[in-house]
Amino acid sequence: MYTDKFEYHDYYLMDELLTDEHKLIRDSVRQWVKKEVSPIIEDYAQRAEFPVHLVKQLGEIGCFGPTIPTEYGGGGLDQISYGLMMMELERCDSGLRSTASVQGSLVMYPIYTYGSEEQRRKYLPKLASGEWLGCFGLTEPSHGSDPGSMITNIKDAGDGKNVILNGAKMWISNAPFAQVAVVWAKNEAGKIQGIIVERGMEGFTTPTTHGKWSLRASATGELVFDNVKVPKENILPNVQGLKGPLGCLSSARYGIAWGALGAALDCYDTALRYSKERIQFGKPIGQFQLTQKKLAEMITEITKAQLLTWRLGVLKNEGRATAAQISMAKRNNVNMAIQIAREGRQILGGMGITGEYSMMRHSMNLESVITYEGTHDIHLLITGQDVTGLNAFK
Amino acid sequence: MKILVCISKAPDTTTKISFVNNNTEFNNDKVTWIINPYDEWYALVRALELKEANGGTVTIISVGGTDYEAILRKAFAIGADDGVRIDANPTDAYFVANQIATYAKTQGYDLVLCGKETIDYNSSQVGGMIAALMDLPYISLATKLDVAGNEATVECEIEGGKEICSVKLPAVISCQKGMAEARIPNMKGIMAARTKPLQVLPAAASEVLTEIVKYELPAEKTGCKFISPDNVEELVRLLHEEAKVI
Repeated sequence: MYTDKFEYHDYYLMDELLTDEHKLIRDSVRQWVKKEVSPIIEDYAQRAEFPVHLVKQLGEIGCFGPTIPTEYGGGGLDQISYGLMMMELERCDSGLRSTASVQGSLVMYPIYTYGSEEQRRKYLPKLASGEWLGCFGLTEPSHGSDPGSMITNIKDAGDGKNVILNGAKMWISNAPFAQVAVVWAKNEAGKIQGIIVERGMEGFTTPTTHGKWSLRASATGELVFDNVKVPKENILPNVQGLKGPLGCLSSARYGIAWGALGAALDCYDTALRYSKERIQFGKPIGQFQLTQKKLAEMITEITKAQLLTWRLGVLKNEGRATAAQISMAKRNNVNMAIQIAREGRQILGGMGITGEYSMMRHSMNLESVITYEGTHDIHLLITGQDVTGLNAFK
Repeated sequence: MKILVCISKAPDTTTKISFVNNNTEFNNDKVTWIINPYDEWYALVRALELKEANGGTVTIISVGGTDYEAILRKAFAIGADDGVRIDANPTDAYFVANQIATYAKTQGYDLVLCGKETIDYNSSQVGGMIAALMDLPYISLATKLDVAGNEATVECEIEGGKEICSVKLPAVISCQKGMAEARIPNMKGIMAARTKPLQVLPAAASEVLTEIVKYELPAEKTGCKFISPDNVEELVRLLHEEAKVI
């Protein structure tokens, strides 16, 4: 059976910046991942199948909504704990982390932050336990980086109780298996509002997206709304406008910054171990300068990202992390991870091509991660706007 | 049912072992400490299973300094109810057993469980010494433990088979593989661990019966010699003269 040999790398003794509880959380998630996920993930990815049985387990271990207060079934933990969990999940597979990110940051977060007390009590405990899986509908076929132009809309049904939802959302993680969708749609005044749509509502379908070369162990789909009658009480009452979904994205992007660090660590760890075992020209390839250059640059970039991400976590705990700071970390870390996955793959030569090692799977997964939740270029423009005060989007 | 589980810390199995002070002390630098797996996976988890089935409490006990607290919190996160740390350097097996026995004697535990050994020194002494000091029956190397009323049924591996014993409680039992399945702490457990009571007690006066004079690492592995399958005589000669095993 496949054995996950991963060992953590902490070049700047970052562990000294963490509490014993943080380390226990990180190590527990790693232990669970090594036992339950690492042995099966490659097979699921090869077959492009979502390991749906892990949803309940993710809930049991506490990876869904760890920062949500315990009275709603969450973990009541801090932002660094959340980040460390995402790092450990993505260390195994970006799709696994995506499932948890979507559930925690894009479904539970808006229900907790923008929802009514009744909505919180109805949905959060079931989402936290993994009894229900949720998804988040913002991107549309013709509106990706520019979500403000969305056409999905809600109109008053005229019966005093319901609204009618029409439109379609695309590239939605978890969609094919989700019981609940937090959907962003324009109301009759053209304002963006969040609305909770449940599986089974008439006119609501979730066709699966096939043929992905990335996040193959994660389920992706569309959300199609054809005159779906949704009770008005499902509208999130406490937010209007683009700041609603953008608030969710800030939370998710923060988790991605940590997650990408996990993928990078796994690739580095694999490449480092391989470079010491693989003998060519009578010596380990790790003894050649070109291999050492790759490995030295990898651990340098990982160490920089570890410090950046930890600091962002502290700022987030203090409620001081800005959306632009989160953009910088997401952009930097995902790019760092994808470069390390590609360079690491070269160290493994032909072996890096097969599923025997995680490298190529990480590399392909990260193509999605560098695109979703704000593309690499869009995050650059966010930083550009932040430092110049000038908007380059329009 | 009141159960006491003895918890020891051990270096993580990936630790690179080295010694300092002229090979008289273990080098603690950069060591990641874990709960001794036999204590955690088998003794603690089986204690929790028995509590879940029969009611009662699971108390953990360690002999060690403040550096033990991280592993004790992990044991709380896994499910132990409360804990005791005897604040002393765990010098040798007798000292540790004496501290635990002195505390446990007055507490009325039905079961005292420990791992079959700690994975650093592997001396397998503490459990037996606790039983002797408390004047209780001791069963070592148990792979299965069930309790009915005031009697425990214990299964142990023996050469070529297994032995099933029954013992009146209270008793001391050392646990090994087969006893239970390791539990991974979840976030709820980790949160709950924050508020579980840990009592810190001063050490009782006790002798230390052994001291470590010197550590040595095993000899470095040397390369393999390959002998042709046709050359059995040479193989026999090497086994006899060099390896000295026949």
